[in-house]
Amino acid sequence: MTGLPRLTLMELKLFLREPLAVFFSVLFPALLVAILGSVPSFRTPARDIGGLRVIDLYVPIAITFVLVMLALNVAPTFLATYRERGVLRRLATTPVRPLTLLAAQMVMGLGTAVFSVLLVLAVGRLAFGVGLPRQPVGFALALVLAAAAVFAIGLLLAAVAPSARTAQSLGSVLIFPVMFFAGLWVPRAVMPELLHRVSDLTPLGAGVQALQDATGGAWPQPLHLAVMAAYVAVFGLLAARAFRWQ
Amino acid sequence: MPVIEVENLRKRYGERLAVDGVSFRVESGEIFGIVGPNGAGKTTTVECVEGLRAADAGAIRVLGLDPRRDGAELHRRLGVQLQESALPDRMQVGEALDLYASFYPRPADTRRLLEDVGLADQRRARFGRLSGGQKQRLSIALALVGQPEIAVLDELTTGLDPNARRATWDLIEQVRERGVTVVLVTHSMEEAERLCDRVAVIVAGRVVAVDTPAGLVARVDAEQRIRFRPLAPLDDGLLAALPEVRTVTRNGSQVVVTGTGNLLHAVTSVLARNQIVAAELRMDQASLDDAYVALTGRC
Repeated sequence: MTGLPRLTLMELKLFLREPLAVFFSVLFPALLVAILGSVPSFRTPARDIGGLRVIDLYVPIAITFVLVMLALNVAPTFLATYRERGVLRRLATTPVRPLTLLAAQMVMGLGTAVFSVLLVLAVGRLAFGVGLPRQPVGFALALVLAAAAVFAIGLLLAAVAPSARTAQSLGSVLIFPVMFFAGLWVPRAVMPELLHRVSDLTPLGAGVQALQDATGGAWPQPLHLAVMAAYVAVFGLLAARAFRWQ
Repeated sequence: MPVIEVENLRKRYGERLAVDGVSFRVESGEIFGIVGPNGAGKTTTVECVEGLRAADAGAIRVLGLDPRRDGAELHRRLGVQLQESALPDRMQVGEALDLYASFYPRPADTRRLLEDVGLADQRRARFGRLSGGQKQRLSIALALVGQPEIAVLDELTTGLDPNARRATWDLIEQVRERGVTVVLVTHSMEEAERLCDRVAVIVAGRVVAVDTPAGLVARVDAEQRIRFRPLAPLDDGLLAALPEVRTVTRNGSQVVVTGTGNLLHAVTSVLARNQIVAAELRMDQASLDDAYVALTGRC
């Protein structure tokens, strides 16, 4: 793909010029872990959450927050803006294919996600002794599936939104329920039974649990992997059908 | 030698026939204008030439290439300026030009190009902060950054002030002097008259005329019209008797003479012989505007 390295670098530069997006997708998740970890009672094991500490629960939650910001806020806004502005069409008149720009955007997003996730893990591990994933393969699988699930939703959003502004607002609104079921406000371990079951069926409810299980050393449960895979398949297919170049 | 050949191009959007059998040839090194009312099919036609759209029927060769099949090769040799601005707001002018330069095998010197379009001082300015005219000039620079053999410019000077417009016209003439063939889609007859070697007039998806601007003007059998205010009493019969004169009318203190041939000379000779000074002498001649109105049938 001609132009991919140059375009990726340019996408990264442009992303770094969006201070709010950078703050919420790169710094905020690590900051969240740091703030919660500095509350003494969150650093002591509690019986009602299976002998874990609150901070142990929030590391996977912060990781899904990285994914949700990049997939539902950053990516749809960029893509819808590019379509609205005719950036993709402009590129179609040069030797570079417009698909290269989407690839560059994806490489940039993946790189940012990996960096931010490592930052969260590092803060958790170094500052509060949160164990690194004991089942690294399962953890990586859960991470990839969770990322793909929310990214597929973000792509559909970018495809159906009539304007960049709409894509951005829809994405921001969607972040609340997705993160609610991921346990940002009430961790899954203390959710009432019904809520917990609903959460199992949401992309990041399943994602958080799969990350949590893999961190503890267990293989993620088939239910959660299947739920995430289903989101990838359904939303990915819808997005691919709905996407327009201009 | 033609560098663009369009034969019987047709394109339909749903029920609407946007382009209905357009044919024309663009010769190497010329500035070729495409004019016509909104929705006449001008932009669709050039989009087919650029390979952005597939034609429903007809044949297009650009530099001997098929725009749809040989798009990769064509896009290295053809520069395009699109109507709307198409860059992210936070990208800097210099970054955009360097990025686009990196797409081509033999790009232009971007600093030099920025000077040519008068944006040297805006090199580090963000696209979102540029004025409409500056955005327009940047999009022209992007069309030229690959050192194309053909440049297709759509609505070149729309939104530019008169000074910037003239500067842009000078730039296009310089580009042509380097041997680049220019295809200019425009609404401005002044622009077509000033720049174009030949102009195609497209109306309702068809080419109604292809000619030099002067040739198009000559097609409309326009009358000349002279107005003046005589500073001494004038007998209208003296003018009416001239073979060049068709009508003589009075409009208050103003005399309006219409006719053909060497009308101005005939009228001023009569006035001089009778020692009548003509104040506020004006002469209207058919312009490309008149030719356009006549050809597009809106008079």
